[in-house]
Amino acid sequence: MLDTVPPVSSALDDISVSIRDLELAFGSVKVLKDLNIDIHKGEFLVLLGASGCGKSTLLNCIAGLLEPTGGQIFIEGQNVTWAEPSERGIGMVFQSYALYPQMSVKSNLSFGLKNAKLPKDQIEKRVARAAEILHLGPLLDRKPGALSGGQRQRVAIGRALVRDVDVFLFDEPLSNLDAKLRAELRVELKRLHQSLANTMIYVTHDQVEAMTLADRIAIMKGGVIQQLAAPLEIYNTPANLYVAGFIGAPPMNFIQGALRGTDFEGIINVPMQGYGFSAAPKDGAVVFGIRPEHVLVNDAAASCAVQTRVVVDVVEPMGADTLLWCTLGGDEFRIRLDGQTPIRQGDTITVGIDPARASLFDKETEIRL
Amino acid sequence: MADLSVNTPATRLLDGPSGKRKRARFTPKRIMIYGALLLVSFYYLLPLWVMVMTSLKGMPEVRMGNIFAPPVEITFEPWVKAWAQACTGLNCDGLSRGFWNSVQITVPSVVLSIIIASVNGYALVNWRFKGSEIFFTILIFGAFIPYQVMIYPIVIILRELGLMGSVWGLVMVHTIFGMPILTLLFRNYFASLPEELFKAARVDGAGFWRIFLKVLVPMSLPIFTVAVILQLTGIWNDFLFGVIYTKPATYPMTVQLNNIVNSVQGVKEYNVNMAATLLTGIVPLTVYLISGKLFVRGIASGAVKG
Repeated sequence: MLDTVPPVSSALDDISVSIRDLELAFGSVKVLKDLNIDIHKGEFLVLLGASGCGKSTLLNCIAGLLEPTGGQIFIEGQNVTWAEPSERGIGMVFQSYALYPQMSVKSNLSFGLKNAKLPKDQIEKRVARAAEILHLGPLLDRKPGALSGGQRQRVAIGRALVRDVDVFLFDEPLSNLDAKLRAELRVELKRLHQSLANTMIYVTHDQVEAMTLADRIAIMKGGVIQQLAAPLEIYNTPANLYVAGFIGAPPMNFIQGALRGTDFEGIINVPMQGYGFSAAPKDGAVVFGIRPEHVLVNDAAASCAVQTRVVVDVVEPMGADTLLWCTLGGDEFRIRLDGQTPIRQGDTITVGIDPARASLFDKETEIRL
Repeated sequence: MADLSVNTPATRLLDGPSGKRKRARFTPKRIMIYGALLLVSFYYLLPLWVMVMTSLKGMPEVRMGNIFAPPVEITFEPWVKAWAQACTGLNCDGLSRGFWNSVQITVPSVVLSIIIASVNGYALVNWRFKGSEIFFTILIFGAFIPYQVMIYPIVIILRELGLMGSVWGLVMVHTIFGMPILTLLFRNYFASLPEELFKAARVDGAGFWRIFLKVLVPMSLPIFTVAVILQLTGIWNDFLFGVIYTKPATYPMTVQLNNIVNSVQGVKEYNVNMAATLLTGIVPLTVYLISGKLFVRGIASGAVKG
C-alpha cells in the first residue's frame, strides 16, 4: 500500500520527515493543532517545552504509536500516517529505556531484526556493529537488570541503531540519569549524530540539552509550535514572550512600559536605536526584555547610553559566574556576572543596558516587535 | 573533669556510640506477638492434628474416643482403603477414580481459563478497542451474579451441546466461571507494567502475539502463579458444579469424598473418612506450599493497582 503513495515533491528531496496540518484530539481536548514541520535529512531537531505541551504526543504520532485525528505524516517521502510503527523506518529510545527485562542485551538488540525475519548472519553483523559503536561488547550476555543506568540507555540506543533506520526518535532519553552521566551521554549522543548523520528528533524539557544538541529547536506550548529556529536564533531573537521567558536560566528580565516613537518608556527609558524592529515601530504598550547576562555593571556600564542604579538583594556565587538578584521598579531584576566579581549583598551598583541586545514584545499579542 | 572530657574528641571516640543499644531479646512486645501467633497457629492446626491422628488409628482405637491422643498402634490401612477400596455407590475402587477424574477436569480447566483470561487482560490493557471498557464492565459484572442462578440454564446449554455429564462440559463451565476474576487479575497486572515496553516492542515490529508471548509473558511469572493457585484450588475443591454436571463415572474427587463420608449404610469408618478427606485436600495444599512465596508476590503486584 505504501508504494502507491506518490512522493511528496521533488523539490523537497532534502526533507526527511514532513508533518502536514497534524491534529490530535483526545475526546474534546485538542492536544496538537494544525502542526506543520519539515525536518531535513540528517538534521537534529529538538522538541522543547514544559510538560503537557504536546511534544511527546507529537513524537508518538511520528512513531505511529498514537493515531492522529487529522493531517499527514511523511517519512522519506512516504505517507506513513497510518503505517505500523515498524514500517516507518524509525527507531525509538524511551525515557525509561524500556528494555525487555527477560532478554539478554544481545536479544534486546536483535529482537526487532528477528521480527523482521532477517537472516541470522545479517543479525549477527548488525548487532556486532551496534555493540562496537556503543561500546556494548562486554555486556552482550547480561540482562538489563545487571546494567547501570547509562549502560541501559546505550542498549536502548543500540536497539534503534541495529534497525538501520532513517529517523531516530528520542523521548526524554536522559531524564532518568544523574546530572554527571547526563552531561556525558549528551556529548556521546552528539558524537553519534555526527558520525551516523541520521535524522534525529529529540524530545526534552531540558533547555541545556536542547541548546547543545539541536540543529534547530521547536519550542511548543499548548500543542502549537511557538518558534522553530536554530538555538542561537531562539536565544538572541525569541519570537514571543513565552519563548523569551522559557529559554535562558535565569530567565530574561521583563520591564513593562510603552513605546513612543522608537523610545521605550517605563521605569527606565531606553532609546531603541540599533534595535532591529521587524516592522515599523508603532506606539503602544510593550514589554521590554533583557537577558541577565547582557546587563552591564559598574565600569562596564559606563559607556552605555542607558544607566540606572539598583541595590543588590541576594548574591549567588556559582564559581564560573555569579548571579545578582535586585529589584527594579518593584519587579525582580536578575544579573549574571563573571564569577570573580567583588560585589556584595547590599551594594548599590550602576547597571547599563545595550538596546541592541534587548527584545521588545507587544503587550497585547506577546509577539516580538 | 567529666564535663571537660566529654567534649574532647579523643575521649568521645573512645566512648564509642552513645545511648542504649537496641537489644533483640524477649521484650513484652515480642512475647505478645509470638504468643498470639502461636495461639492462632494452634487453633488452626488442632483439627488437622486430630484428622491425621485418627486416620492412622484402627477402628477399635478410634472407638475409645481419645481423639487428641496419638495412635498406640500406627496403621496405614485406612489410607489404603480410602484410596483403593472404599465404596461409593456401585463402585468399590475408592477415591482413586475420583482423583483421576479431578485431574482430568482440573488440568484442562486451569490451562484453558488462564490462557484465555491472560490474553483477555492483555488485550484490554494494551489494545484498547472501541467499547473495551464496557466489555470489561460486563465481564466483571459476571463475578457478582450468584452461581445458583445460572445452574439450570447451563444444564440446558450443556444438554444442547451434548456435553452434559461429560468431563469436557464441566471443563467448559469452570473455564467460563473463572473468566471475570482472572481477567481482572491479568488486566491489573499488565496495566502495572510500563507502557513504554509495549511501545518499544511495537516499534521493533512485534505483533499482538509476539509482544504477548516474547515480552509480557516472560515477565509475568508471579501473576501466572497466582492464577494457577486460585484456579487449581477453586476447581479442585468445587463440589456444586461437579455434582450437577457430571455423572457417577466422571464424578470429581470432592463428590466421591462426599459419597464416602456421608454414606448412611454400615459402620461409620472415621479413620477412613479422615484419610479420604486428607487425600482430597492434599493437592491444593501441596501447590500452595510449593509456590507460596510467588503467590504472595503476585497478589501484591497485581491485585492492588486499579
